[in-house]
Amino acid sequence: MFRYIVKRLLQLIPALFGLSILLFFWLRLLPGGPENTLLPDDASAQQREALRESLGLNEPIIVQYGLFLERLGNFDFGNSLQTGRPVMDEFTTRFPATAELAIAAMLIAVCVGIPLGYFAARKRGSFLDSSAVAGSLLGICIPVFFLAAMLKVVFAEKLGWLPSAFRLDAGARFTEITGFRVLDSVLTGEFDVTASALGHLILPGLALSSIPLAVITRMTRASVLEVLGQDYVRTAESKGLQPTVVRTRHVLRNAMLPVITAIGLLTGSLLAGAVLTESVFAFGGIGSFIYESTQQRDYPAILGFLMLIAIIYVVVNLLVDLSYTLFDPRVRVR
Amino acid sequence: MALLTVDNLSVTFTGNNQRPVRAVDGVSFGMDEGEVLGLVGESGCGKSVTSLALMGLLPTRGVEVGGRVHFDGTDVLSLPSRRLRDMRGSQLAMIFQDPLSSLNPVVPIGRQVTETLRRHKGMRGRAARDRAAELLDRVGIPDPARRLTEYPHQLSGGMRQRALIAMAVACAPRLLIADEPTTALDVTIQAQILDLLGELARSEGTSLLMITHDLGVVAGLCDNINVLYAGRVIEVSSRKQLFASPHHPYTAGLLGSVPRLDAPRGEALTPIRGSINDTIDWDDGCAFAPRCDHYTMECLTGTPELVRAGEGHQHRCVNPVNLDPGSAHADRPDPVAEGGNVR
Repeated sequence: MFRYIVKRLLQLIPALFGLSILLFFWLRLLPGGPENTLLPDDASAQQREALRESLGLNEPIIVQYGLFLERLGNFDFGNSLQTGRPVMDEFTTRFPATAELAIAAMLIAVCVGIPLGYFAARKRGSFLDSSAVAGSLLGICIPVFFLAAMLKVVFAEKLGWLPSAFRLDAGARFTEITGFRVLDSVLTGEFDVTASALGHLILPGLALSSIPLAVITRMTRASVLEVLGQDYVRTAESKGLQPTVVRTRHVLRNAMLPVITAIGLLTGSLLAGAVLTESVFAFGGIGSFIYESTQQRDYPAILGFLMLIAIIYVVVNLLVDLSYTLFDPRVRVR
Repeated sequence: MALLTVDNLSVTFTGNNQRPVRAVDGVSFGMDEGEVLGLVGESGCGKSVTSLALMGLLPTRGVEVGGRVHFDGTDVLSLPSRRLRDMRGSQLAMIFQDPLSSLNPVVPIGRQVTETLRRHKGMRGRAARDRAAELLDRVGIPDPARRLTEYPHQLSGGMRQRALIAMAVACAPRLLIADEPTTALDVTIQAQILDLLGELARSEGTSLLMITHDLGVVAGLCDNINVLYAGRVIEVSSRKQLFASPHHPYTAGLLGSVPRLDAPRGEALTPIRGSINDTIDWDDGCAFAPRCDHYTMECLTGTPELVRAGEGHQHRCVNPVNLDPGSAHADRPDPVAEGGNVR
């Protein structure tokens, strides 16, 4: 098991190396550069040139890449051109917001999608089933930013039920420990902050959950339908087992296997989807920062953020694969 | 009194917008306590559907079940599902064809045995585990304590079937239904499993309903044999009489198509012509007529009745054969051309 984990993490190194090459050279293909966005419009050509020189952008690109790799060896992604702070610091202050949002979205998707898919399969052809199928199609089709904007307009601005932006109510006092507001406030016992943080998570969480919810519902439904027709379910019934035992131990346990894999893959796409949702709700996570960085041609920030996201994505998938071995003895690693 | 009485059992599948398919068409037979009965027929003749109907395991939607099935005086078909569940696994148990797909891949073998004990005997924890180990040992699985913690994929095919048998006999059922229990196994393992089933049935006094397409399987095991064709019983006989003198041309054809060690070298097997799809409706005559070497026009005039032809020997044929399965009529009319309703 330990060897397996080490092996998987070592596989990460060539993957990240390839990703860094791809991103580094790709970014430079974008028209313009930081000298156009960081300096005022009336800056002189000399000023622009001086900035390029000071940022090392006039070196041959291969040399720049070499310098980047050298810093990377010390886990240093350089400083953000916009803020001047180390990219790593920018990431660690913003990541909890995105993670919190992604976790909220995934929790909604799992807690609603699995029961919905299960009952849709059990009542195949019923109204519930056709609504679940139609609803999940809708969930996949509606663009996340559109859904986010609609939720914000209806529930925050028109009805005023839920907050429309930020992670907490204005003026709320809170103690920062991990950066995860819900967790921090529970740890410190500031439950009014917990409530506020949860309230701020509902709309963006719902918007971001639409795709994973649709996928999980569909996958659960298809998987349960398949398992219901399996011989071992008939065997379980031939033993006279109670329906609840047949449904949980024999149907659901097997039906969950493909869904778990899907959850792992969807978690990665949530990090991407968060960019749009965060922008709509001014959530202040990594998504909006990446967007800003791209606008500003903040090369170190984009590169660093994307590589850190890649690492997180791989680690999350590793965790999902490891948890998979708990559910399916056939893939148990030795 | 008979332990199991099946009277005019019929099963019809009625799919959406599809013509109903009658898989079992008036099957009747009885079983005594401790009897080992073979139900023989080729694929599609209704064997497995019959066994599922006896267990109450047919889906409720799209299936119509008719007739009566009495098990120990209880009408199984009209039993509420709660009572039926109480009976399944404790009184009636079943062994399935493919042991790999019939075992839950993500639940340890031990749990799959103990869940039956837990359900019907109320056994818990160590008592259930010890009993499960005893059962695995009883069906010839070596090192049973270790096997309890293993998963189906870690067992060989024969071991899996033994484990399924252990689950089925866990609560000492009075009737054990084995649906092609050896079809998915190697020939060497087949013999072991058959021996085990026969030995279990005889030592525990369990009635065994052996469902198979393989006459070789019933030859060594069964007291009596029912031969099924197109959803009906066409011959009922003791094993000895059936092999010595099959009366129905279909049975004779089945026996003729089995390879024999004592046949002369180079002698070809005699297959039965056509397939089970070449059939006519029982209402119009004998369903086997289109494939039969012995039919006459008489075969196409209504359903042939099951007639007695000696002690415990019945057949559903107007032109029964006796000892000569190879003989053929030269100038037979074509039942299809003669207006038989070919399905």
